Parts: sequence; structure tokens; C-alpha cells
Amino acid sequence: MGNKFRSIETKHHEERDAFFKDLQRLDRRAFMRVAGISAGIVAGLGLRTPHSFQLVNVAEAQGTKPRFSFAYISDTHLYEQKLNDRFVRAILKAVDDVNALDPQPDFVLFGGDLAQLGQANELKLGAQILKSVKAPVKMMVGEHDWFLDMGELWRELFGAPNYSFDHKGVHFVVLNSILEKDFWTEKKLTPMERMKIVAGLDNGLQSRFEVGGAQREWMKQDLAKVDKKTPVIVFSHSPLYKYYKPWNFWTDDADEVQALLKPFEKVTVIHGHTHQLLSNQIGNISFHGMLSTAWPWPYAPEGLPKLTVQMNRPDPFSQFDGCGNGRMDVLESGLVDKLYNLWERNPITVRASYLASNGRQDAPPRTKLPSY
Amino acid sequence: MTFRMKLIVGTGALLSFAGGVALASGPEARPPAPEVKKHAVPVSKDGDLVVGLCDGETSLEVDGVKEGQKLTREQALRVSGALMEEWLKKNPDANWDPAPVVAQAPTPPPPSTQGPRSPPAVPRTPEKPASGGAMVGGGVKPESGGKDVKKQQGAAIQDGHTYGAFSERDEAIWAASTQAFVEEGNRVFHDAELVGGTVAVSCDMCHPDASNTHPETYPKYQVQLGRVALLRDMINWCIENPVRGKPLADDDPKMRAMEAYIYAKRKGTPLEYGKK
Repeated sequence: MGNKFRSIETKHHEERDAFFKDLQRLDRRAFMRVAGISAGIVAGLGLRTPHSFQLVNVAEAQGTKPRFSFAYISDTHLYEQKLNDRFVRAILKAVDDVNALDPQPDFVLFGGDLAQLGQANELKLGAQILKSVKAPVKMMVGEHDWFLDMGELWRELFGAPNYSFDHKGVHFVVLNSILEKDFWTEKKLTPMERMKIVAGLDNGLQSRFEVGGAQREWMKQDLAKVDKKTPVIVFSHSPLYKYYKPWNFWTDDADEVQALLKPFEKVTVIHGHTHQLLSNQIGNISFHGMLSTAWPWPYAPEGLPKLTVQMNRPDPFSQFDGCGNGRMDVLESGLVDKLYNLWERNPITVRASYLASNGRQDAPPRTKLPSY
Repeated sequence: MTFRMKLIVGTGALLSFAGGVALASGPEARPPAPEVKKHAVPVSKDGDLVVGLCDGETSLEVDGVKEGQKLTREQALRVSGALMEEWLKKNPDANWDPAPVVAQAPTPPPPSTQGPRSPPAVPRTPEKPASGGAMVGGGVKPESGGKDVKKQQGAAIQDGHTYGAFSERDEAIWAASTQAFVEEGNRVFHDAELVGGTVAVSCDMCHPDASNTHPETYPKYQVQLGRVALLRDMINWCIENPVRGKPLADDDPKMRAMEAYIYAKRKGTPLEYGKK
């Protein structure tokens, strides 16, 4: 770490590492004893993970067989390590998670907000850490990466923020959905002031997110080449619908973007930004929100999509509760089963059939506790 | 600066000692506080205690009690009674509530010789019959909450009641002062440096618009702390842990302002202390 400050989390992880090192030193006999006791405890508590983070065999119904999988890491909000090691530790944990997947995902989607304030050392630190991901990484931009230098360094590190690609019969579109109308020039704001305003959720000083006319035109032309029967998966940092305007859980031109996706039979939008379990279905489009590694946002006081199964209030005493990463299993049908790998809880799968049936089938388990 | 004592004589004739009520002042400039007329209490020639009434004019010298000495309960009751009499003479038309029964406290039993004893039991303040029942529109009941207060505004319930009458200007000053206090809390809540954080984490990062702070549930047993916590205890927990700063003192202006902001954001939420 190099820091003289050691947080409670750091100490916890040191103890944890020491514990696992000790385990490795156990001889076979002692190992069997420990394993036996652990299995006994698990059975005794009635703990059985319904769907583990590893690939599972799903019922081979119509189009529900996985075609391939990709994993995601999102909203890491990195500061440079000597200022804040908390969020750095979280992304490292996420990288370990996806590197441990067996079989490996076809690629890993990074869902945006790599940096907290768009600083060069934040973005470079993130880029460096993501290099240790074994699978190829697909990058998406978030507002925290963009508004200091209007994406200059991000583009230098990762290329264009909007692009498309085809993979195993699925057409993927990656959008930069965090553009905002100029609220800074007239107020004569410095780049850092602009960045800080955009980084806040509840200030009401900024404009709302949008994909913008130019990018919509690009998307239209890109989609014109795609057969309407081809499954389309869109990656967008902000949710491509209107959830809660005061916190920018919102994309102003969402309706126009949705209109472009309407002719396609199977459409999925995967988004970051909201740091919470979030599911929505609008017409033919399924929307899945991704978890953050840094911190969970509370649910907005209104506008929550009705198909969302809320996670209950995270425990503030646990750094990782309510945070995590996840995996999408792209099914033969072209839709995705979404696995939320919550670090301090049982994983939750939101199935394609749940969204496609408008909540009538395969409802994910609901918590009994309030979400506040 | 000599010891000054303000004697607040309320309708319940209960005695309370109130310190100066002032806005917590931070390092930054704030809208100037409205000037309050100072009650110049005359100085006693013999160095006796002088007590001022909260009307800002009436005062009384307490014979035999020196400045800085404590009044006994009996002396205090006598002083407050005399001050009230003086005030009623100056305001003969005041529609003052009649002195409640509690003022005529029974003679305390002779002091016991067996060490300290608790103060004499005070009889329960008599309640008005059928609280608020006789009022037009039902009045404000303990269970009626903020809605009914609004309904009553405009009803001329303060008519003829000199004490407690206030002007629109007063109300504007109160509202502006409260707003300034809440705004200060808003500022601290959104600024990692101001709140004393060392990892650039500010309160709003997890609590936009103070959501998920649920101040209305305090005090409550906080399982993770192993004790009953007030809102400020949890604010300090957050400052110490995710924010990694130093906890604030209870009377730190930043703590007071943040509490104000958090409560302001939950206006209208029913108080549900102890909620899990």
C-alpha cells in the first residue's frame, strides 16, 4: 500500500489473507478436517447458494441455453491511491472475481465512472488495474471520466467512447450517454468546478444527460446494417429511460434512442451509473442496471421502475455491502440472464424471462427488510 | 463580564434558565443576525443579584443574594411571582392566562437529616379539558401533526394576548435564520474537506438529498455500535469510518448545521424513534 494509514478494511484484509495463507500450509489431514467442519456449518445453517457466481446449468427450455457470457465491473470512482485506498481495493477485488471465473467470460464490460474527478492519475490508475483483467475489456465512459477535459484523456487511453461490434451473432452498441448541455461557459466555471458539479448527484446545477443528435444519427446508420432479427445489446452509462430527474438518473433523449431500437425483436440495454439492482422493461427493451464497486446509491424517492426488485438498505458498517460486480449470460434467444454478484450477500439472478414476461415468471427473491 | 441571568416565565410558571440562543457561527460570512435590543439590567449597589424579565424592561433586585450565588427554589418562585406582578401592573389589559395550580406548590416537607434528597414532587400540570375540543376546527392535537398547524394559521387565536404576538417581520427573520442554518449544513454535507474527511468522500456520495439518513428513527439501539445512538452519533460514525475524519463535538457548528440539514430534508416524515 505504501500508506502509513491502515484502515479497518485494510487490517481486515490482511487478517483474511493471513488466514488463507495458513490454510494453504495445512497438511491434507488437517485440511479435510477444516473442510468437513465448514461443510457441516454450511449445512447446519441451511445456507445453499441458489446460483453461484460460477456458470450454472440452466433448464434447456426454448432459447434459455447460454450462448456465451460476459462479466462486468462498473462505477469504480477511483481517486489516486494515496488519497483513497478504499475504492482501489474494491476494483482490485472485482478484478480478482472476474479473473477467477471458470470458464472465463468472452469479455469484460467496464461500465463507466472509472475515475472520480476525471484526473489523469485517476484514469491512468484505472487503466493500469484493468490491464490485469485476463479477458478482453470493453470500455464505456461515465460522466466522472469526462467533464474535466471533456474526455480528452479518456479517448487517448481507451479510444472512441461510442462504437459497435458483433460477437457470436449478437450486435453490440456502446454509447456515450453522459453528454450534457453547456452549463459552464456562461457561468465562467473552471474545468474542475464543472467536473465537481457533474460529480454531484443532488445539486441541480447541471444539465441532464443525453446521447445527442450526432450520436443518434451515428447509431441509426450503424443499426441500418443490422438484420431486425439479430439480438441487439446496448451499453450505456446512464439508464436509457427516465427514472429520477433530480439525481440525473435520467437520459433526456431516451425516447428518441428507444425509438431507434424499437424495430428490433430482442433488445437489451445494460447500464451503470445508478449503483443498485435495477430492472425495467419498456416495450421490446429490457434494461439492466449494474452494481458499483465503490458505494451503493439509495433508491430514488419516486420513478422506480415497477419490475425492480429492490435490494434492502446496505449495512453502512460494511464497506462492500450493496456493492459488487456481475455477469450476463447471453442466451440463445438473444436476451440476457443477469447475475448480480453482491459481495456481502447471496448472488441474485434477474432472468430474461422475468423481464420478458413483465414480471409474471421467474421473479427474483425479494428481501423482507425495508430498503428505505 | 458579570453573571447575567434571564428568567423566563412561561405560562406554566415553570422556571428555566436559558442561555443566549444564537446561531452557530462558522468561519464563513453569513447574513447578519437581526439586532436584538439588549436588556440593560441595573447594577445593584450592594452587589446583589439582579434578575431581568424577558419583556426586556422589568428587573428586580434580590435582597440578600449576591451576584453569582444560586437561588433556592423558594426564592426563585418568589422572584418570578414578583416580576410577573410587576409586569401585569405595566400591562393591565394583557389577556394573561391565570396562574396554573402548579405555582401554588405545597409546602415541602421539612428537610430530612438523612443526606441528600430529591426535590419536592411537583403536582402534574392540569390539562385543559378535552384538549382542543372546544376550538373551532378541532385545534392541534398531539396526533394531528403539521397539517393542523397550518389550518390554524390565520385563525386569530392570539387575539388580545400581548405576550406571544409576533409580526410578519419576526416570522421572516425566523424563516431566514433557519434557512441559513440548513444551507450551512447543506454545504458541510457536500464538502469532503469541510467535514474533515481525508479520503475525499463526502456525505452526499452515499446520501443524495440526505436520503437513507432517516433521522426520524433516532434515538435507537444501533446494533453495530452496541448502544443507543443519536443521529449525531451516526454522523460521527460516518465521519470516522467511510469519510475517515475526526469526530465532531456535539456543539460543533458543523455538527449542528448538518443535523439541521438532515432534519430539514425529512420534513413531514412521522417521528418514529427506535425504528430498526
